[in-house]
Amino acid sequence: MGMNAWAFIRFYTIMVYTFMFAPIAVVLLLAFNSSQFGGFPIEGLSLRWFHALFENEAIMRAFRTSFSLGLLTALVATTIGILAAMALVRYQFRGKDWVTTFLISPVLVPETVLAVGLLIFLRWLHMPRSFTLLLLGHSIIALPFVVLVVQARLVGIRREYEEAARSLGASPMQTFFSVTFPLLLPAIFAGALFAFTISFDNITATIFWRPSGMETVPTQIFGMLRHSVSPEINALGFVMICITVGLPLLAGGLARYFSRRKI
Amino acid sequence: MPETATPIDKRPMVLLTPAFIAIMALVVIPMSFILVYSFYENVDLAVDRVAFQFGNWEQLFSDNYYHSAIWKTLKISVVVTVLAAVLGYLPAYFIAMTTFRHKWLLLLLLILPFWVSFIIRTLSWIHILGNQGALNGLFQWLGLADAPVRMMFNEFSVMVGLIHVFLPYMILNIYVSLEGIDRNLEPAARTLGATPWQAFREVTLPLSLPGLAAGSLLVFVLTGGSYVTPLILGGPSDFLFGNLIYDSVVTELNWPMGATLSFTLLVLLGSVVILYSRFMGLNQLSKAFG
Repeated sequence: MGMNAWAFIRFYTIMVYTFMFAPIAVVLLLAFNSSQFGGFPIEGLSLRWFHALFENEAIMRAFRTSFSLGLLTALVATTIGILAAMALVRYQFRGKDWVTTFLISPVLVPETVLAVGLLIFLRWLHMPRSFTLLLLGHSIIALPFVVLVVQARLVGIRREYEEAARSLGASPMQTFFSVTFPLLLPAIFAGALFAFTISFDNITATIFWRPSGMETVPTQIFGMLRHSVSPEINALGFVMICITVGLPLLAGGLARYFSRRKI
Repeated sequence: MPETATPIDKRPMVLLTPAFIAIMALVVIPMSFILVYSFYENVDLAVDRVAFQFGNWEQLFSDNYYHSAIWKTLKISVVVTVLAAVLGYLPAYFIAMTTFRHKWLLLLLLILPFWVSFIIRTLSWIHILGNQGALNGLFQWLGLADAPVRMMFNEFSVMVGLIHVFLPYMILNIYVSLEGIDRNLEPAARTLGATPWQAFREVTLPLSLPGLAAGSLLVFVLTGGSYVTPLILGGPSDFLFGNLIYDSVVTELNWPMGATLSFTLLVLLGSVVILYSRFMGLNQLSKAFG
């Protein structure tokens, strides 16, 4: 690659990164705008919209719903996903490719279709929309991602450790809890974080599945958007970005810190 | 090392059972119910009757409204996919080939958008393109325009929003396949007399096609199934096929028609996925998670 071509590629890359991050940066910035309108110009800096946010009972309720939904989704999807990923990584069996395809199939179905399908099935069973529907639905959306993420981490764990523990006289249970489980922890954690984020962010299917009167944070924002962005939404965006970006970054940083200390 | 020779090992089946049951009950069976429900008859708001009739399907095949929605969705999906590929290839190439010490930072920044809420990323474009948005502010400050330029709530803003949200999938997939290419190949082509451009076109580009294809499939299918982005960034006439489903199910409470439209979308996008997997296999898609 010539020098000029490379300089062009670098410039192009910077422009594309700007395109990806400038709008997000603008939301973060406008969250501190004291103006009573959600857009530009910036009249002054203030925290008043964060105050308004915390005093808004509907938003706080949506936050609580989203949090419990995300945590439970992480629990369900990670449990099922870890078991399936272990089967894929640890054992040889016939038709493995088909099983893998089947496990990631929920991703291949458009989410809108997945949402309508599950809703219609429930209607046929004469069951109303409920929190449980959201939980099951979010779990099935997160499952393929959990399987893929956990599978990638599991490949690195060598079986010799377990065999060594067994040959030193540990029972299968002891081996699992004192050798396998600690080695699995980073994979479990990565999968759970992924599942939480997917659930916390979901809107496409959630709009179909939520019972009337129940809002998650994304559907609450969607409801507040009537062709104009209120300043409260910017503040809410700021808080959400802090949670969904901050959590994984913190987790990654901690993981790096602890793995360094061990060596 | 000798493997313990059991004829059939039941353990993997046991481990897979919960996932199998979940996918069967929550995906496979509901999908077949969509088909069954598409033959039901809609009587009134939220009231439907068990039937086996083709009224919904006749309506779908005869009404131009649905045809134009399919074409529009196809058009927007193609344009968004092509633009995402054009925007995404060079950054992916840059990240894969750079000798920059903090390459990890570029990669981290590439993953970061996945963690930023979809609805926040979408609505952020109102701050950029809207009448009170950053661009209009800039235009007025530069004296280029007296009145705000209308850039929002049209097909353009819908496509910008879709590209913005799905571009990271494209870059990540292209990057993964570029990263897997042997670094000695391009220099080898150069020693054999190829120009830099020839070396890229004859060696690197063909080897990166699987990633480009995987990224394109994801962007195409995700765009084709969207309905929230047009609701937030589009005008009244900027709807995708997914919006028809949303209108049927959520607004009109016409469930049989919603089922018919959903099944149609499943078949349309599903055939794209099947066509892709015939040629490429689905393995490439999971590589981005490695």
